[in-house]
This record gives sequence, structure tokens and C-alpha cells, in this order.
Amino acid sequence: MNRWRYTSPLLLDNESTLTCEKNVRLYDGDQKTSFEGGELIITTHRILWGRPGAISKGQTCLALNLSLIVYIEEESPSAFSFSRSRKVLLHLSEPTDLEDGPQPSSIYNFIKLSFREGFGSDVVGILNDSIQKKAWEGRTVPKSVPQIKLRTGIVGIERSLQEKQKATDESISVAFQDLNKLMGMAKEMVSLSKMISTKIKDKQGDITEDETVRFKSYLLSLGIDDPVTRNAFKSDNQYYRSLAKEICDLLQSHIEDRGGMMALTDVFCWVNRARGLELLSPEDILSACQIMESMSLPLKLIQFSSGVMVLQLATLDDESVAEATAILLDDKGSLSSEELAQALGISVTLAKERLLTAEKHGKSCRDDSIEGLRFYPNKFLTN
Amino acid sequence: MSTSTSEWPWQYHFPPFFTLQPHPETRAKQVSAWKSLILDYCQKNKLYIVDVREAHQLPLFHNTTMNRKLDPSVIVSILSELAKTGNAAALDKAKNRWEIYWHTLEEWASMIYDHICELGMQNSVLTLFELSQGDDVQSKEFSGMQTDVLVKVLRVLENERKCELILSDEEQGVKFF
Repeated sequence: MNRWRYTSPLLLDNESTLTCEKNVRLYDGDQKTSFEGGELIITTHRILWGRPGAISKGQTCLALNLSLIVYIEEESPSAFSFSRSRKVLLHLSEPTDLEDGPQPSSIYNFIKLSFREGFGSDVVGILNDSIQKKAWEGRTVPKSVPQIKLRTGIVGIERSLQEKQKATDESISVAFQDLNKLMGMAKEMVSLSKMISTKIKDKQGDITEDETVRFKSYLLSLGIDDPVTRNAFKSDNQYYRSLAKEICDLLQSHIEDRGGMMALTDVFCWVNRARGLELLSPEDILSACQIMESMSLPLKLIQFSSGVMVLQLATLDDESVAEATAILLDDKGSLSSEELAQALGISVTLAKERLLTAEKHGKSCRDDSIEGLRFYPNKFLTN
Repeated sequence: MSTSTSEWPWQYHFPPFFTLQPHPETRAKQVSAWKSLILDYCQKNKLYIVDVREAHQLPLFHNTTMNRKLDPSVIVSILSELAKTGNAAALDKAKNRWEIYWHTLEEWASMIYDHICELGMQNSVLTLFELSQGDDVQSKEFSGMQTDVLVKVLRVLENERKCELILSDEEQGVKFF
């Protein structure tokens, strides 16, 4: 009740009356107050309540800013009540101003509007609507000034290019504003990203092999036009088979770039990032990866003795991993998993698995000291 | 023995040497390298007794330049390996004190007996002190031998009926046959 303010019923700038109800009683939380049988006016900015006739005479009334309303619900009438009375619950945020109100403080975070004779119009709907519109923020739409377009000459072409760029920029920022909009624009984004990525690929000769460029091309080369979804298939088995194919198509080139291995957690992120909308559960991805080997796809699922699971190129076996790691070790003298991770651009877990694989094949040996675990070329066997 | 780098094998300066390797083949090489290093070190330093609890005071098990130590449990397991070939023996049940025999007791025994034969001292009595510290043995490898180890060596000869130990409180001697 401490959110109500005494005010004059005159409408503010841009404010307009939406609906009007009679015989309304105000509750502070669950408690009845003495404000009963009054008129309630809902405007785009406020809820006004006045004694019968007070508002039309311009006398002081109570007002509640719509900006304070957090959530609106209608209280379901109890089974024993036969009256037409309907109650609307308004959940409110803390008052921000310290102006004069009928009650300085309240223990409740909500108030109730009790319509003794029900309401003629859809009060809840109107309130919700005007809260969403936020008319009180007074956003006035600037009228667009007609522009004269130069269509000819190089200037014209440049300008139209610039405008296109601007539009692209805007659509990217709009797309990321919220998920709903992203979903609406997904198709457009995918085609856009494809376009940009092909452009980047075409220009690879001109642009320096900058890492940001490469990263961008990775990001933008993702995107699946037509994701495999469960609904399209009658049996799980078929679903997993086509999912496995999709994952392989998507990740094969990336895994090749990253040294032939990708942790399953990364696979999960990449695939879902590429799909964008029809997200996959970890179980589905795991099941799909498990059948890759039997389908003789270019990738296969490997589980290390530590329990870490990775997708690995089918052509890559433990021995060649061990061999490659040993060559690196010889080059560097010694490596910790962090250093190997940095050198190959792979995750630390994967780097450790590589070193352990090399150790298992007798290609490396460990130095476990207080400085951490390091691996050295296996001089015991080579010397 | 000096601790200069030239005296140590390459493994001593290889950090993984101080971590027990999990790979079986590698570990076998590592352990055998340790075994020969321990025997070499003890031989050069005439070290007959190693206490595992104080092992890190020996440069053998503690490479201070690299700051690497061999874990005591690993030391015990390597010494146990040495014990299998008769090159070491635990002195207590907790396996903390070890006698190291860079020559096995049998090798020592034949060395001492050869020496006695050379001098023609069969059928004569020598004190243990004479045998380990005497002028005649200065050039021999067993000079300065720990009395406990010497007794064990002579017990081997006794079993072969080549000598008889006379162990009384004041005088400890041995008679060769």
C-alpha cells in the first residue's frame, strides 16, 4: 500500500485512459483497507483510484505507477464464493520515490484490487499490455527525414555498399538481442555466416594468417542448414546414424586442423553451436558417436583409460599419436601437458592423454616432482 | 668420491630418473640403472650401510642441482631388488637400515680366502681388526670393511669349513684352515 501516491487525476503528457471500472476496493497485501467502493481508471502510465465522483471532479486521488508492477495475476475465486467479485493481484517492486502516500510503509510486496461487481473489460490483459509497452518511458519515435539518394557514380555505389554493411551490422545486433529474435532470424544468420566465411576463405591469400581471421572463419564456417531431428525418424537407430553422419561432416576438417582429436565435451559445444536451434542432448551425441566406428565414418570415438572420451580421426591410431608426441618431445626436450596444449592448440586434458599414450608406448617417461608432472623423451630405452 | 658431474652416469642428470616409471619396460631399465648406480656409489665411497630414513643426505638419492629426490619407498623397492641378487640385505623388519654388498658375500669370501692363501696364513689366527685394518690388507678392496659385514663374510667361509670364527667379548678373531 506504500506504493500509492496522492495525486491529481489530471493526465500527464502522452498519457491516455485505457479502461474504467467501478466499485473497486484496494487491499494492502491480504488486508482490506478503507479504500472501498471507488472508481479505478487504468491509463497507459498509472492506475488511478478515487472515491466515487472524485476523479471526474478533479479532486485528489490515489495513483500507482505501472512501472512498479512486476507481475499480474488474477486470484481464482474460492469455491464457496457466489459473488461476482473478482480480485487481481499486483506484485510490486520497491518504491523508488519518497513522495506522500496514504501509508508510509507496508510489509507486503503485493496489493489486490477487488472488483466487487466483476469487471467489464479484460483488466489483466490491458494491464499486461500497457506494462509491456512502457509508455511512461516516453520514447518518442523520431520522424524519419526523407533522404535524397545519390544513385549514380562511384559515390553512389560506395554509399549503397556502406548502407548494406550497416544493414548487416544492424541485423547482427538485432539478432543477438534476445533468443526469440535469434530464432526468428536463424535462417538468415546461417546464410549470412556462410557468405562471410566463403568470402574469408576466398581472400585467404590476401589476408595474413592472422589468428583472429582464422578464428572468425572457424566461427562462421559453422552452421547447419537442415539439422537432423529426432522427429524426422521412426527409430532411434536411424536417427543416430544420420546424426553420426552430420557430426562427421561438420567436424572432420576441424578435427584434422586440431591434430586429429577433439574431446567429447568440445564436440558437444561445437555441434550445438552449429545447430543453434535444434539442440542435442549429450546422450544423443554420445550414442551417435558410439556407432561411428561401425559405420566406417572418418571419425571414431575413443575412450582413454582415464575415462576421457574423444572423437578421433579413424586414420589416427595410438601409435602414430605416440610417435608424433615423441617427435615433439625430442624437439622441446621436455613438455608438461600445459605446454603441449599450447603448442598444438588443444585442450590440456587432451594433451595429457597424448603424453600418457606416448608413455604407454614407451616413447616418453615422466618426471613427477613438486613442480608438476613433466614428460621427457624416453632416454631409458633409447640410450 | 667427488660429486662432480663426470662421476655420475647420464641418468643422474635426467629428471625422470627420480620418478618411478609406470611403463614396465622403461621401469625395468630405470631400476637396473639405479641398481648399478647404487652399487657403484657404495663401492667408490666404501659405504656398507644405507639408512633409508637418512638417504636424502646422500647425493646419491638427492640431486641438489636439479632438486630431485628419490622417494624413500622407491629406494626400499630398489634395495629389495638388490637383495634378490645378494647385493643388499635389510637389517631390520621395517627395512630402514640396509647393508649393501657391491660384491656378494660369496665373492667377498673367496677374495679374503685367496688373500690368506697368498700369504700362506692357513692354520693361523688373525683378529678381525688385522683382517680389515692390518698393513697386509691396505691394498685390498676389503680393507676397512664394516665388522658386521666381515663377520657375515667369514660365516660363509665357516660354512665351507675354510675357517672358524672365534667371537669372544674382548677378542674377535678367526682361524683359517
